[in-house]
Amino acid sequence: MYDVAIIGAGVVGCAIARELSKFCGNFCVLEREEDVCCGTSKANSAIIHAGFDAAPGTKKAALNVRGNAMMDALAKDLDIPFRRNGSLVVCTGEEDRGTLKALLARGQKNGVPGLRIAERGELLTMEPNLNDDVICALFAPTGGIVCPFDMTMAFAENACTNGVSFFLNTEVTGIEKKADGYSILTRRTDTKAEDTVDAKIIVNAAGVYADVFHNMVSQSKLHITPRKGEYLLLDKDAGTHVSHTVFQLPSKMGKGVLVTPTVHGNLLVGPTAADVSDREALNTTQAGLDFIAKTACRSVKELPLRQVITSFAGLRAHEDGDDFIIGEAADAPGFIDAAGIESPGLTSAPAIGELVAEIIRKKLSLNENPAFVPVRKGVLRPETLSMEERNRLIAEHPEYGNIICRCEMISEGEIMDAIHRPLGARSLDGVKRRTRAGMGRCQAGFCTPRTMEILEREVPMSIFDITKNGSGGTIIVGQNKEA
Amino acid sequence: MKYYDLVIVGGGPAGLAAAVSARDCGIEDILILERDNELGGILNQCIHNGFGLHTFKEELTGPEYAARFIDQVTERGIDCRLHTMVMDISVDTEAGSFRKKVTAMNRTDGMFEISAAAVILAMGCRERSRGALNIPGFRPAGIFSAGTAQRLVNMEGYMPGREVVILGSGDIGLIMARRMTLEGAKVKVVAELMPYSGGLKRNIVQCLDDFGIPLKLSHTVIDIEGKHRVSAVTIAEVGADRKPIPGTEERYTCDTLLLSCGLIPENELSKGAGIALSPVTSGPIVNDSLETSIEGVFACGNVLHVHDLVDYVSQEAAAAGKHAADYIRHGNKKHAKTVEIRSTDGVRYTVPKYVRPTEMSDTLTVRFRVGDVYKNCSIAVYFDDICVSRRRRPVMAPGEMEQIILEKKKLGEYPDLCSITIRIEK
Amino acid sequence: MSTRELTCIGCPLGCAVTVTLKDGSVTAVTGNTCPRGDTYARKEVTNPTRIVTSTVHVTGGIHPMVNVKTSSDIPKDKIFACMDALKGVRAAAPVRIGDVILSNAAGTGADIIAAGNVPAK
Repeated sequence: MYDVAIIGAGVVGCAIARELSKFCGNFCVLEREEDVCCGTSKANSAIIHAGFDAAPGTKKAALNVRGNAMMDALAKDLDIPFRRNGSLVVCTGEEDRGTLKALLARGQKNGVPGLRIAERGELLTMEPNLNDDVICALFAPTGGIVCPFDMTMAFAENACTNGVSFFLNTEVTGIEKKADGYSILTRRTDTKAEDTVDAKIIVNAAGVYADVFHNMVSQSKLHITPRKGEYLLLDKDAGTHVSHTVFQLPSKMGKGVLVTPTVHGNLLVGPTAADVSDREALNTTQAGLDFIAKTACRSVKELPLRQVITSFAGLRAHEDGDDFIIGEAADAPGFIDAAGIESPGLTSAPAIGELVAEIIRKKLSLNENPAFVPVRKGVLRPETLSMEERNRLIAEHPEYGNIICRCEMISEGEIMDAIHRPLGARSLDGVKRRTRAGMGRCQAGFCTPRTMEILEREVPMSIFDITKNGSGGTIIVGQNKEA
Repeated sequence: MKYYDLVIVGGGPAGLAAAVSARDCGIEDILILERDNELGGILNQCIHNGFGLHTFKEELTGPEYAARFIDQVTERGIDCRLHTMVMDISVDTEAGSFRKKVTAMNRTDGMFEISAAAVILAMGCRERSRGALNIPGFRPAGIFSAGTAQRLVNMEGYMPGREVVILGSGDIGLIMARRMTLEGAKVKVVAELMPYSGGLKRNIVQCLDDFGIPLKLSHTVIDIEGKHRVSAVTIAEVGADRKPIPGTEERYTCDTLLLSCGLIPENELSKGAGIALSPVTSGPIVNDSLETSIEGVFACGNVLHVHDLVDYVSQEAAAAGKHAADYIRHGNKKHAKTVEIRSTDGVRYTVPKYVRPTEMSDTLTVRFRVGDVYKNCSIAVYFDDICVSRRRRPVMAPGEMEQIILEKKKLGEYPDLCSITIRIEK
Repeated sequence: MSTRELTCIGCPLGCAVTVTLKDGSVTAVTGNTCPRGDTYARKEVTNPTRIVTSTVHVTGGIHPMVNVKTSSDIPKDKIFACMDALKGVRAAAPVRIGDVILSNAAGTGADIIAAGNVPAK
């Protein structure tokens, strides 16, 4: 019997798991994918929002501002790549100045520090590639950029180190109420083996599926609409086209198309916002990609769209009430939702973790975990070392001298680190999210066979079982010259 | 810091031929840096035959062609460091602005610096990826560049799929259509965005027609299905604007999509060094000695511009080796007059882009590609406004390199020459 | 009388060549622009042949596979028989260019020879 079972190993589930691991208890996380960070958390704008966007008084507003404030300490403790590059919401016509001022007022009411409106003259010194018709912008110095993979991995690895159990490839198929909690019916996505997990408390952090699980136990129904966001990712050569995160004034369908550097030096453009019915519809569309290219030019000029290296889509979990749903379901004691977590969900995740853990601590009267380790080291990045340090490292571990991914200059040592760390990588995408091997301009053309060899040797696992992202999606289907 | 006269970045066909040539021109102190664990580069995975007809007057497989140059390098005792990645190239300020600093790394030596009098860039090219092609759809396993699939099948012995759709009719795509078929896969269709194939006629006949594989010109992939592994691909016909025509969609169930949609010279090191690149070729801009915008740094092979035949790579690399040797011995004639070669009317670019009439060799081969299929047209060469040659060609296509020869003697007859223009004329 | 439509592979022009046959012998070749088209078409309809290149597994080498080719061109309709004959063949390292891997493949009279070097591990 677990004290708490968390459904979903996205950034919210993992942030909650990490906060819970500060207390003594028996906690687990159930995730249907083969890795953490496989849903909404892996495909979003990778932004730490300042917090001027959400309506004052909403959970979104409060948790955004709190989450943003927590990021400096978290990034330090958990070794998460994070930079406060500042964000701009650009205004392209005098008629919209009122809307921008309203946004300023809203942000101030939400408690966003340092907000102000900057005029064109100043803006051009901050961001020379802004479009010619930009007249002014809301400047939010606390806006930042983060690696969402690293952020989720950091929470998960640290939670794992502090004793939380993670069950990957484990799908929840049903929930039954028991006298002292819940019985969760599960099925392995790889072996199809069925099992049950008993827990006093369930945390529902299931992203676009959160309404499904909520509605299994509660009569007060939720309804989540997957809202698709498509993105274009540009080569690092284009990474300095802007230095701030450049938003357009929000519209009814969301925040519009943003242009932002990523924390790894690429340029990210997107997202679209289209409601879809299929919770698995992670496909990009021609219309979507065309829309991004067209719309992005409204705020930033001369976008080098020839330098696109990949496009991707994510699904935000939009709940009908338009706010985060966090707390115990009224008619299902011990079932705690962290649902409807759409933007600014990534930013809010640390604060959601804190909030949900506090609810559970009170409910179960948990004691502090005296053995809690608050720090986690990310995958060692040799590029951050001096030549002398790097050579000492290679002398001790020659794998760090062997470059596997030539676009991102990722060594065999880093890939081995990704495989052997807590909740280590077992797929090509798992390696990619932890190390960036395969994330560069050739998009894994050269390193795929070599990364497969390393997985085969280090896990160890059969080369025929190596997948891109789990569930039978193997890279190779057999040997040639088979009889 | 180690010192060499000449450092060659890349041990593929270009690097090998450059090394042999530089040694034969008297440069003793040469180092080849190769990132793979063997010499030969991409030729090692090109197991089909047809290489070397110009160079050796016989048809060889890629590994056989490579082996002949590797033997020449070995016979000459040229230093090679394998499994070594070049991280950076810069001008070595400590040694004066003439030497270049090459920073490289491997398992045994760690990260180390080499000072070189001259550097030859021979890093080759990479394939255009799905992302760069902006193909919408899902992102499952089963989408490979043709070259990645070629490596898996030919070198590792693995099958990347059973039912295959190929986008792009460049030679690698055609070769892989046959290769996968011979290994038991079903290649359902080859789609080509352009109204003509970028591949050799011989490959269309012997790789597609021989096996009844349809080639659909003016078609592209508009959707990829499958969450974890490709399950289907939809192609559609494109109009003159190369945009899909609604209503022409055809869906193919398959587990694999191979992409053979063009090659891009790999010039990250060149960019890092501050070398000027051509927006057309994505390779360095060079003069008649194949010298880049940085003195003493030369380029050859597919890093300079994508070639159709390896024989031409070897020829060009031999020239680069010779010119690097000249530079090492005699330095650079900095103030020599330079004439630009302009490419217009169907000529997309030329390599080289600049020629120095007083410094050039007796003859200079200028290579280029055309932007469309031209039948019964001429390649015309103008010295300023004067047409100095016009050569009839029954057919020219973007997939094949064209060339003209410039003679030093002839250029000498035009002392006031400002520019040379190469164009296609009816 | 019968006709065969071919694409000449002599140059990028790719002439559509029509070959007329009577009792298995060529009576006319049309559509070609140059003599190469004629020669190609006659050979292709009467005795089409190909060099086959492939790979076989290697034991004890630094690579798992070695590339091979037929020592001469073989009849086109023997390509798959030749591929079948390579299944299960294993070459022991070291393998050198020119080594005979399989004699008289699929009864074609051509040998399968190594076209790459694989040193022993």
